Amino acid sequence: MKDLVIIGGGPAGMSAAIAAYEQGIRDILILERDEKLGGILTQCIHNGFGLHRFGEELTGPEYAWKYEKRVRELGIECKLSTMVLDVSENKVITATNETDGVFTIEAKAIILAMGCRERSRGALNIPGTRPAGIYSAGTAQKYVNIKGYMPGKNVVILGSGDIGLIMARRMTLEGASVKAVCELMPYSGGLARNIEQCLNDFNIPLRLSHTVVEIHGKERLEGVTIAKVDQNRKPIEETKEYIPCDTLLLSVGLIPENELSKSAGIQLDSITGGAVVNQNRETSVSGIFACGNVLHVHDLVDFVSEEAELAGISAAEYLTSDLANKTDIAVKATGGVRYCVPQRITEGKDVTVYFRVADVFKNVCVKVLADGKEILSKKKLKLAPGEMESIKLKAGMISDVKEITVTLG
Amino acid sequence: MNKILTCIVCPLGCTLEVTKDESGKVSVSGNTCPRGAVYGETELTNPQRTVTSTVRCTDGTIISVKTDRPIAKDKMEECMKIINNCNPHLPISVGDVIIDDVFGAKLVATSNS
Repeated sequence: MKDLVIIGGGPAGMSAAIAAYEQGIRDILILERDEKLGGILTQCIHNGFGLHRFGEELTGPEYAWKYEKRVRELGIECKLSTMVLDVSENKVITATNETDGVFTIEAKAIILAMGCRERSRGALNIPGTRPAGIYSAGTAQKYVNIKGYMPGKNVVILGSGDIGLIMARRMTLEGASVKAVCELMPYSGGLARNIEQCLNDFNIPLRLSHTVVEIHGKERLEGVTIAKVDQNRKPIEETKEYIPCDTLLLSVGLIPENELSKSAGIQLDSITGGAVVNQNRETSVSGIFACGNVLHVHDLVDFVSEEAELAGISAAEYLTSDLANKTDIAVKATGGVRYCVPQRITEGKDVTVYFRVADVFKNVCVKVLADGKEILSKKKLKLAPGEMESIKLKAGMISDVKEITVTLG
Repeated sequence: MNKILTCIVCPLGCTLEVTKDESGKVSVSGNTCPRGAVYGETELTNPQRTVTSTVRCTDGTIISVKTDRPIAKDKMEECMKIINNCNPHLPISVGDVIIDDVFGAKLVATSNS
């Protein structure tokens, strides 16, 4: 029996473990499937991490190292190269590794911090052959930055998310020629700074409202056909254009990795792909918490760490107090707001609601309604799907309410 | 001279308007922080970038590295050549200096061997 088991040793898992330890919990175990801690940060060798939390610009491995050092100093137990196979509703974890074989651990509390995975070619249904040379951007990143291999020489990137942009620069610096970055939407999902320093610095064209409509090549990728899309995101036949290339990188979105949450019977949110949680980041199963990209995909690791701290503190509270969490107010997203996290909150506490919008909006008001009555309105110059927003609700605003709605007006 | 730039100092990505008047004085607007003003001015006069990459150590281990300060943007390609030709010995820890001087910056390790 363990007090607290954390599944995932990336930024979320490490930050949650440290926070729980600092609240007095000592019997903590981190389970990590990779051979080292740090999660995806270890392959994100570019800089730009940590400005919010540390006030300095760090690379991914440096950011991860700050947390890993602390985990080691505190002597928090970690099992590496350990794959969790199942989590049950009564908090029994089944895992496997080379030394212990298949084993089970009973936990009083669990924090889910498994992160997310990339959407694959299969999820996009791009027609054509199935040659070698098609990678998700993150896989290519692992090849280049961890293994030291170049996956190809002439590259087309589909999707202008940050990983795709970062890889456009990385492949260029290592001598590859990046022919184009195609983005289905009329705007990029990546940060403005990355368009500037990853594409514009190297004169890589960003083709907005363009997608890959066909893949060519038998053994190895030989080229792709791209086309402009209309307002309904349907390819326009006359705009088809062939680009010879040996590598196609897909940077087309991230999905929280929730197979284990499903096995535990945790209620999931169909929009975020993560668990439905209350303001303590506790899921529908009492004593199981979720934080970081397994809950909803974040823009910055700094925000992942912050959320994971909250989950760690909450798990410690759960372990040390008998107070059952009363969560009786639903938080709903509507009218241009795609989702809110947390989806349920408790009366009598200040709470920050995080949300994403469905489209680009300019000069709009974010409105919070309590049972249909406006309690808060905040003007925003610009809202974009690529940027997570938040709004603070004071405890006094939410008394005797059944439902909170976040909307745009 | 007048230029519209996207600030790359932090993830906010402010749109900067940088103006250089006849006397050579540079003024920046649109920035939300003082670092943005500095970026706007250097971007117009002497653009600089931090380079991050990897080096292959003598035993084949891959270590991630960065320049500890931004270097001239037009030296990035040359800097990559120097980085790819260096072949350091283990052990290496975060913060170790791999090359003392690459275009005015130190090349330091950002991961452990």
